[in-house]
Amino acid sequence: MSEPQRTLLQLTNCTIRFGGLTAVSALNFEIDREELVGLIGPNGAGKTTVFNVITGVYCPTEGDVSFSGESLVGRKPHQITAHGIARTFQNIRLFGSMSVADNVRVAFHRHVASGVLSGLWRGRAFHNEEKRVASEVTEMLEIFHLGKFHDTPAQSLSYGDQRRLEIARALATKPKLLLLDEPAAGMNASEKIELMRLIQFIKDKYKIAVLLVEHDMKVVMGICERIAVLDYGEKIAEGSPADVRKNPKVIAAYLGNEN
Amino acid sequence: MFGRAKTLLLGAIVASFVLQLLSGYINPYYLDVLTGIGINIILAVSLNLINGYTGQFSLGHAGFMAVGAYTSAAVSIFLGPHFLSALGNGNAAISVLFLLALLTGGIVAAIAGIFVGAPSLRLKGDYLAIVTLGFGEIIRVIFRNIPSLGGALGLNGIPDYTNLFWVFSFAALTIYAVTAMVNSTFGRGFLAVHDNEVAAEAMGLNPTKYKMVAFVVGAFFAGIAGGLYGHFKMSIDPKGFGFLKSIEIVVMVILGGMGNTVGVIIAAIVLTLLPEVLRPVEDYRMIIYSLLLIILMLVRPQGLFTPRKRALAERKTT
Repeated sequence: MSEPQRTLLQLTNCTIRFGGLTAVSALNFEIDREELVGLIGPNGAGKTTVFNVITGVYCPTEGDVSFSGESLVGRKPHQITAHGIARTFQNIRLFGSMSVADNVRVAFHRHVASGVLSGLWRGRAFHNEEKRVASEVTEMLEIFHLGKFHDTPAQSLSYGDQRRLEIARALATKPKLLLLDEPAAGMNASEKIELMRLIQFIKDKYKIAVLLVEHDMKVVMGICERIAVLDYGEKIAEGSPADVRKNPKVIAAYLGNEN
Repeated sequence: MFGRAKTLLLGAIVASFVLQLLSGYINPYYLDVLTGIGINIILAVSLNLINGYTGQFSLGHAGFMAVGAYTSAAVSIFLGPHFLSALGNGNAAISVLFLLALLTGGIVAAIAGIFVGAPSLRLKGDYLAIVTLGFGEIIRVIFRNIPSLGGALGLNGIPDYTNLFWVFSFAALTIYAVTAMVNSTFGRGFLAVHDNEVAAEAMGLNPTKYKMVAFVVGAFFAGIAGGLYGHFKMSIDPKGFGFLKSIEIVVMVILGGMGNTVGVIIAAIVLTLLPEVLRPVEDYRMIIYSLLLIILMLVRPQGLFTPRKRALAERKTT
């Protein structure tokens, strides 16, 4: 193929059942390269389940998930990350006892050639590579305004900083698609505005696609190019923010009437 | 550039050699204690890679030690005479033989590590502890039932090749290997797997691989320690590698502070010396020893030597 496909991620007829419960049913959904897509819906609609299927935590009961034309079904989460999908978590999962810099550094490991043996031998190549990683880490932290916390244990950061560190860490794996699971949860109004700017900035700078699960409509409507709405595991609407906002089904299931 | 770490390692090996040259002037009792300290440092630092850095609670370290002890003892008892008669009985020949015996012990222990690790590392926390405990017991029973290795009576007549040079060179090598591994971009993965396995996997780290590497490297050095122990005591028996020995090593790791190599080294030294210091009060020795452990755990649960800053940060979240 000379030209890469436009579609980056494709869910075809994806169904996930847990015993008798159908969490997601026959979902068709796709994300293009460098697209910023929002996934919304009431609690329990299956948004996080979709996340977990894409990242390999769950295996779809039926249907297929493909990324850059390759099926991801049956792959382990770490293999999927290696393919170019990175995520953040709804409840922050940092490496708490490690320094802020090490949190990002660990995520670079996939782009480092040295393993056990070169780590033991510590030759010139090893040192050069470690130096390169260290400068990439510093650069990443500067972009996210975390530079001054370089050696601070991650768990002693403020909530907003932890959220940002989690995004920085995910980006360090150099993904093509970034999944953000409720990044605005627990943030105040000004932090949310800052977050919207950050997401837009990341997308433009790294030229990646972003899938955003979020309850905060200001954030979702403000930055997403396209929005899909889930309810009871089914996609009830999809389209531009303006269309989705007017969709009667979405208003009934999720947004509610403003009057 | 040779690197600071490797220079230090080389320095430590030279220092061990000098120490060995001076050993003629050291009281034999102190010599014994020193050897014990060195062996315990190897055991504790290597277990720290598994239990401390990677956070996989293993209670099978004495089992790997036993594998190494029996294997290397078998090499020097059964193959040693042939080897030495071919190469002459010189010091150099003995050194080569001993090194080979130790490495064989380490490698066989590492292979045992693969066999134990592959099925059991899917388990977490208490479950892994129980499985590794079971492994330790199985090893003990197996050695008790091999007549050619002495059975329940143990294996006697192991040549006394162990000296301060070997013990402290390998202690230095263990410290170097564990520190070097952990202090690299690859090696931070051990800590990441410890801190949050789900997140580690989402960052593209393969947790199983990290646990396996930790387990195999840990088992290798436990095997070396076992070999040194056998050639130091000159006789080994299965009872010496029981559950209590594993606990003793775990205590060193916990007391030193999980994932704190310097702390663990100090703890290994202190806990080897403590029973010796308490010798004058023979009858109450083990009671005092146990009481001290209880008090230390109550007062400093984060480990005796974990820096305040980190301890405070940890307390903040709990």
